[in-house]
Amino acid sequence: MSREQEYVLRTVEERGVRLIRLWFTDVLGQLKSVAISPAELDAVFEEGVQFDGTAIDGFSRVHESDVLARPDATTFELLPWAKADEPSGRMFCNIENLDGTAFEGDPRQILQRNLQIARGQGYTFFAAPEAEFFYFDSGDAADSRPVPLDRASYFDLTTSDVSSDLRKTTIHMLEAMGIPVEYSFHEDSPSQHEIDLRYTEALDMADNIMTLRLVVKKIAMDRGCYATFMPKPLNGVQGSGMHTHLSLFEGENNVFHDPDVMYGLSTTGRQFTAGVLHHAREITAVTNQLVNSYKRFAEKSEAPPFVAWARNNRSALVRVPVRKVGKPGSARIEYRGLDGTTNPYLAFSLILAAGLRGINDGYDLPPETNVNLFELTDHERRQVGVEPLPRSLHEALDVMEESKLARETLGEHVFEWFLRNKRAEWAEYQAQVTPFELDRYLSTW
Amino acid sequence: MDPLLIFPSPAPPELAQALDMGGWAWKAATDLDQARSEQPADGWVGAIIVAGTEPDDAFRLCRSIRSGDIHVGSVLLLVGGGHLASLDFREDLFDDFCLHPFHPIELEARLKHLFRRTGQAERAEVIEYGPLGMNLETYQAVIDGKPLDLTYMEYELLKFLAQHPGKVFTRETLLSRVWGYDYFGGARTVDVHVRRLRSKLGEEHAGLIQTVRSVGYSFGTSRWV
Repeated sequence: MSREQEYVLRTVEERGVRLIRLWFTDVLGQLKSVAISPAELDAVFEEGVQFDGTAIDGFSRVHESDVLARPDATTFELLPWAKADEPSGRMFCNIENLDGTAFEGDPRQILQRNLQIARGQGYTFFAAPEAEFFYFDSGDAADSRPVPLDRASYFDLTTSDVSSDLRKTTIHMLEAMGIPVEYSFHEDSPSQHEIDLRYTEALDMADNIMTLRLVVKKIAMDRGCYATFMPKPLNGVQGSGMHTHLSLFEGENNVFHDPDVMYGLSTTGRQFTAGVLHHAREITAVTNQLVNSYKRFAEKSEAPPFVAWARNNRSALVRVPVRKVGKPGSARIEYRGLDGTTNPYLAFSLILAAGLRGINDGYDLPPETNVNLFELTDHERRQVGVEPLPRSLHEALDVMEESKLARETLGEHVFEWFLRNKRAEWAEYQAQVTPFELDRYLSTW
Repeated sequence: MDPLLIFPSPAPPELAQALDMGGWAWKAATDLDQARSEQPADGWVGAIIVAGTEPDDAFRLCRSIRSGDIHVGSVLLLVGGGHLASLDFREDLFDDFCLHPFHPIELEARLKHLFRRTGQAERAEVIEYGPLGMNLETYQAVIDGKPLDLTYMEYELLKFLAQHPGKVFTRETLLSRVWGYDYFGGARTVDVHVRRLRSKLGEEHAGLIQTVRSVGYSFGTSRWV
């Protein structure tokens, strides 16, 4: 038994913890949980918890048998929303096959494997996301159309108080779980909010994003409304993304930093950025995994549909922030394509792999794009060498299927499963008659 | 009598002689693996670890002992006068130390002292600093009487800082002393954990851990200032 495990056992005993939730994430990025009682914890540390892989979407395969959830003791946190007389805690798990090998469908271990590759080259990968989401009034459960809180009442002051109070409670809860929040504010659209997390190493951050999504939704639900990370819930207003700041460290040194070159972005930083841009189209099906994700890109605002980079150009996929003098540690790039529905373990794996490919193969970074790409025609964009991101989930899947990088990074199992699952989602969508079609065609034709 | 673990192997001749003459049973080990494979069924009753010309190896073994890799009752460190400074902030790695070369009577006294204590009920070790309390036996921490919910690494970091109030530590020192030698990842890990700790201490008490610009971090203020 490791010291970390002993620490958890002792804490569970001292704090009278009644329930321990073992968390893991399926391929699509949905949080799953198995609860155990404290009496079982000792044995679970030794042997893991066995469960039926086929019972869980994303892990299922026809011939698949049982798998084991093995809790990571370093992630033990008491849940701040548990009742005072019923303390409960949670740990993230790795999923293993019964023979002790890593389960191929476990996104958390896919990220661990890719971080290990980076580690082999001496790199630690840091991420800091800006998560956007909407609060909506629950209203009539049968009516699934979203009603923003800000419009739900005549009394704007009162209603905006509700959502800022929700956000405040959410932040306190995140901080209590060791997830520091850097900024938070009301976003452009009605009832839209943003919470920016302070950077951590990518595995912790992927865990943090899973926790964040749960906490945001839970707090809203407790107050009788709901929160959604759906990329584009409302027509005509900006959708929700998850711009993410990325940096690579070698020990103490930020390898993106070089004070003597243009914009302070080192050769390594330029190559990493080039890698991310070069492979961006191949990884979009994962970073933006819903049919709906592509409607966010169609709005011409903070969702950049063009594979380009700039210091200050909201139409470009990657931003290289202008930095304060004397803060070499803060050198980073901002990947603006992601949305909050992505599986963060898989998305970080792919972005990292793309960046490392850029470094290892010495990719050249194309010139900065300073024109507003929204204003150019497709032809003009081609002339400046800028490609669009896939315009639909369908197109993104086609590009992904040809990607050796995506296949290697995710592993055969998840790569194949993801494509199959998402092709089915697209097919189902294609078979739907939408309100748009009814409005437009029904009486006219 | 159960044997003492001696590091390194072969044991320095003067140590072997003193132990034999004092009637102590002992076994020398070249490294952690050997110490583990030769460990008696209920653990080593104690260890004498010689920090010779390469004290890092000795400290690494001490750390493994402290992390529970192998079971050792008490640790006596033998250290040369030239390496005394390296004991600074490593006090938790040993139970007692003795200058090397030693006087056989002193060594004998220290061994008896150490092993007389072993087996006695240990007093719960407690750190108290202003609003912060830590019980090192139960791994529990409180702030203003309310329990603090910490992860293992947050707890270890807070413990280390709170054991040395007023002392400024570089991030490298914290990394090697709290995370250990083998930890991969830079000093930025320390920043991440300090920020996590502050958020759990809450706004009111976040200032217990101070950032010392371009140096590192410190906890509280020294009682000697």
